[in-house]
Amino acid sequence: MAVAAALALQTTLARYVPGTVALDLVLVVVVYVALTSGPVTGLLTGTFAGLVQDALATGVIGIGGLAKTLVGFLAGVIGTQFIVAQPLPRFFVFFCATLLHAAVFIGLYTLLDLRHFGAPYAAVAGQAAGNAAVGVVAFQLVELLPGAVERRRAAKSRIRR
Amino acid sequence: MLGHILLISAQINSRSGVPVLEAVAFGVFAEVQRGISAGFSSVRSVWSGYAGLRHVKSENDALTRQLEVAQVALQQQRALADRTRNLERLLGLRDRSNLNTVAADIIAGGATPDFRTLTIDKGTRNGVRADMSVIAPAGVVGRVVMPGTRAAKVQLLIDRNAAAGALVERSRAQGVVTGGGDDRLRLDYVSEVADVMVGDLVVTSGIDGIYPKGYVIGQVESVEKSGGAYKKITVKPAVDFTSLEEVLVVLTPTPAREAADGSVE
Repeated sequence: MAVAAALALQTTLARYVPGTVALDLVLVVVVYVALTSGPVTGLLTGTFAGLVQDALATGVIGIGGLAKTLVGFLAGVIGTQFIVAQPLPRFFVFFCATLLHAAVFIGLYTLLDLRHFGAPYAAVAGQAAGNAAVGVVAFQLVELLPGAVERRRAAKSRIRR
Repeated sequence: MLGHILLISAQINSRSGVPVLEAVAFGVFAEVQRGISAGFSSVRSVWSGYAGLRHVKSENDALTRQLEVAQVALQQQRALADRTRNLERLLGLRDRSNLNTVAADIIAGGATPDFRTLTIDKGTRNGVRADMSVIAPAGVVGRVVMPGTRAAKVQLLIDRNAAAGALVERSRAQGVVTGGGDDRLRLDYVSEVADVMVGDLVVTSGIDGIYPKGYVIGQVESVEKSGGAYKKITVKPAVDFTSLEEVLVVLTPTPAREAADGSVE
């Protein structure tokens, strides 16, 4: 569900908000799910999300799937082995996950001589920073919103009393 | 089980030559994208119809002035077109300006940042086929890579795997325009001795069999000597790919395509 929502958001934002075309919101969701649910769920989410994204793009089906499977699994492992509960470590995980994804994705395409990426260092670094920022904000929102709603309810009930 | 089904379907092609998995996934998602696009369009039309009416008076005055200028320009262009038509008739050239096109709305952007694609709301039901060129009033947009029944995927000219036969309008120097994945194009295979200057207009040459001849691709932004046999030329696309809303799919086959189809038959 989250993957479908990310895909819908990705394809819609790319049209209406210039600059968001460089972000990979599906990857952000995969890493988020992996960090919160563990390596197996991360792996399965990565596989599903990658295959769907490959099918919707014009490339080879499986390359993005493989890259996201790997990223989902490794992010899940990191989430279980380390405490990734602060914005900075989360930013680092999202950043590294994007770099790994780009390395596998671009590496495989280049290895198979299917697509030439030139020297995409700046573009990849920009995408990694963007994905990391979106990932950290998503975490903060998901964690803070329920608490904020609770606090508001409690404040209202105190006023009534 | 699911993996097997996916892998098998990925290797079987549908009648249009597209893998079944790709066709099914694209068809399903295109409908979702159509719904989302319709929702966004409704919100935008409500916004522009009510909240955005504050500056309508001044905008109307400015547009009226622009229209007057455009009408004068139109008359000049019409006179020029008449003259050209007469010359073409004299030279016995076939008039290729009457291209059969179908207008399409863009319903979604690319699903992944590594592939520069768009989804349009016209498909095989409207006569859209693979490798048909897609143009906008400003110039060339790209080509259809995956036609669905009610939607089609368009590869933008700025995609890394996109290319088009091109020529510099002023000097008629020929080359190949290729995308780089960013917002700029490269004009490759232009001879080191060719006459190319910054600001030159680059148009389609029509030799690729996809894009009709003479349509604007962009303007030369920089020309460098690469030291080899060819110049290193950067082209700024005429089309702003971030603000596209409506495009035209060219249904008329190019002469090169007609010739190729004829030789196949």
